[in-house]
Amino acid sequence: MKQNLTIALSKGRILKETLPLLAAAGIEPAEDIFSSRKLIFDTNHDNIKLVVIRATDVPTYVEYGGADMGVAGKDVLLEHGGEGLYEPIDLEIAKCKLMVAGMKDAPSVNGRMKVATKFVNVTRDYFARKGQQVDIIKLYGAMELAPIMGLADRIVDIVDTGNTLRANGLEPMEHIADISSRLVVGQASLKMKHRQIQPILDLLDTAIAARRAEVNG
Amino acid sequence: MALADRWLLPDGVKEVLAPDAHYVEALRRRMLDLYHRWGYELVMPPLMEHLDSLLTGVGRDLDLNTFKLTDQLSGRTLGVRADITPQVARIDAHRMHTEGVNRLCYCGSVLHTHPAQPLASRNPTQVGAEIYGHAGIESDLEVISLMLETLAEVKADHDLSLDLGHVDIFGGLMAAAALDGAQQAEYRDILERKALPELAQFVDTLDGPQVRGWLAELPRMIGGVEVLARAQQVFAEAPAQVAEALQYLQRLADTLQARYPQLDLYFDLSELRGYNYHTGVVFAAYVPTHGQAVAKGGRYDEIGRDFGRARPATGFSADLKTLAELSREPVSMAPVVVAPAGEDESLLRAIRDLRAQGERVVQALPGAAQEDAYSHQLVLREGQWVIAKR
Repeated sequence: MKQNLTIALSKGRILKETLPLLAAAGIEPAEDIFSSRKLIFDTNHDNIKLVVIRATDVPTYVEYGGADMGVAGKDVLLEHGGEGLYEPIDLEIAKCKLMVAGMKDAPSVNGRMKVATKFVNVTRDYFARKGQQVDIIKLYGAMELAPIMGLADRIVDIVDTGNTLRANGLEPMEHIADISSRLVVGQASLKMKHRQIQPILDLLDTAIAARRAEVNG
Repeated sequence: MALADRWLLPDGVKEVLAPDAHYVEALRRRMLDLYHRWGYELVMPPLMEHLDSLLTGVGRDLDLNTFKLTDQLSGRTLGVRADITPQVARIDAHRMHTEGVNRLCYCGSVLHTHPAQPLASRNPTQVGAEIYGHAGIESDLEVISLMLETLAEVKADHDLSLDLGHVDIFGGLMAAAALDGAQQAEYRDILERKALPELAQFVDTLDGPQVRGWLAELPRMIGGVEVLARAQQVFAEAPAQVAEALQYLQRLADTLQARYPQLDLYFDLSELRGYNYHTGVVFAAYVPTHGQAVAKGGRYDEIGRDFGRARPATGFSADLKTLAELSREPVSMAPVVVAPAGEDESLLRAIRDLRAQGERVVQALPGAAQEDAYSHQLVLREGQWVIAKR
C-alpha cells in the first residue's frame, strides 16, 4: 500500500536549489512552481504532494504532522529548537553563516550589550555560552539599520557575501554557526511511513554525494 | 480583569463537555473493566505528593515538566504529578508487601508544565497498567498485548505501527565508548534529532575506530525487523548487554509477529525521547490519524530502589482523552423525558420508577423555557403516567 507523503519546501532561493535535488530523487512537480500562485503542487507520483511555504513555517508544519518531511535552513531549525523533528540530511545548499556583526571598528561594550536579531533563542544561547548576559531586541528585517540608528550595539544575522553589511558600514565580528539547508522528517512520519521515506533519503544522499564529487573535480 | 481574561483557559488546558464527556467517562469505565478482567488491581494515588517522591530515579525532563507548590503545613515542596507511574512504583515498593507479582492499573489526571507535543493537552488523563515483580519477556509481552487490547477498545488496532527499542543498546555502547558528560549529552542530542551531518563531525573527534563505527551506525538502525540482524553484525564486538538486548528484541518480535500477524513492527534502536526512567525494552504505538504516539511504555526495573525495594517493573500508559478522540463514536444518549411540575403523589412515584428503570427524567421548572428542547414528555392517560412524543 502506498501512503501519501507531503513535502514542505521553503520559498525563495532555497527552493531553486532544492528542486534539482528532488528531481535526482525522482520527484518532480507536475507544473512550474515559479510561475504559479498555488501553494500545493502535485508531482509525478500520485501519492506525493509538495507544499511551498515560508522557510520559518517549515519546521512547524513538519512538527505538527501537516507535512511528513520538509526542507529548512539550519538557522531556522536552530531557532525553532527541532523538537519532534529528525534532520538526517545536510542538503549542502543555500550555504551561509550565522554571525555577530557591528559597526566597523565599534568599541567593545562595557556592561550589558544590546543585540538586535530575529534569531532570539540562538542569540541568547550563544552569548550565554560565552558567559555574557545581553539584552535582545527582536526585529523582523533590515537588521543592519539597528546599530546605525543606535537601537543596538550588535546584530546577529545570516551573512552570505557580507556585501550588505559593508554597504552599511558594518563588519562581521564573530562566527556563530555554518548554515545550510537540511532535510527534516517528522518523528511519527518516519516511524509510520518508513518504507516510503527511506528510499527518498537514500536517493538524496546519493545525489548530494555525486554533486559534491562534481564540485571537487 | 477584562471579561476575556475571566473565561479564557490557560494555554493547552482542555475541558470536555457533553456529549463527549459522557463518552470519555464511558471509555474510562471500559478501560478499567478491561484491566479488571485481565486481573489488574486498581489504585488511586493522590494528585500531589512530596516532590522528592515523584522525582526519585526519574530524568530531569520529568522534573521540568512538574508543577510545584509549597506545603503550608510543612514548608516542603509538593509536586502535582506529571506521570502516575512513579507513584505506582512507590505503592508497589512501600505499601504492598507481596514478594510475588503485582498487577496494578490506574486512571487519573496529570498536569504537564509543557505539552508533550505541540497542541497536546497540558492536563491529560493518564490511564495505564503495570506489572511489578517479574523480570522477563513474558511480562513485557503481557503489557504490550494489553496495550494493543486497549487500542482495540477504541478501534485503533488496524493500521497500527508498534515502535520498539531497548535502552541497553545505547547504554552498552556508552559504557564501551567512555565519553565524558558533555560528550554524552552532545551525542544524545544528535541521536534524538538523528542529525547525521553533525554525527559525522562528532565521531571524528573520538578515539578508536571501533567506537567511532558503532556510534556512527546507531542512529541509522531504523526500519523493519531486518534492522536487528544488521545491528547484530555491526555491534558484534560491542559489550554483551548490547547483544543481549538485540536477542531480546528478536524474541519479542518473533512472538509478537506470531500473536499479531497484522501488526506493523518498526525498530528504532536509538530512540530515547520521552523515556525518563526506562531500563530495558521501550515501545510506542502509532496510528496514521495521529501525529504522535497514542500509547507508550517499557521496562523500568530500577524505579522502586529509592523507595526501599527495587523490583522489576514493566507497563504502559496512554491519554484517555486522546484515545477517545481516536474512536469518536457517535454518542447515543437516551432521550430526556420532561415531566410536569407538581407534587402529585402518583406523578412523583412514576418519575421515581422510570428513573429506577434507567430512563432520564427531568421535572419541569415553572417559568423556564428550555423544556421545549426535550423530545419526550410524561403525560397522564386514563389514570396512568406514560411517555409520549411531544
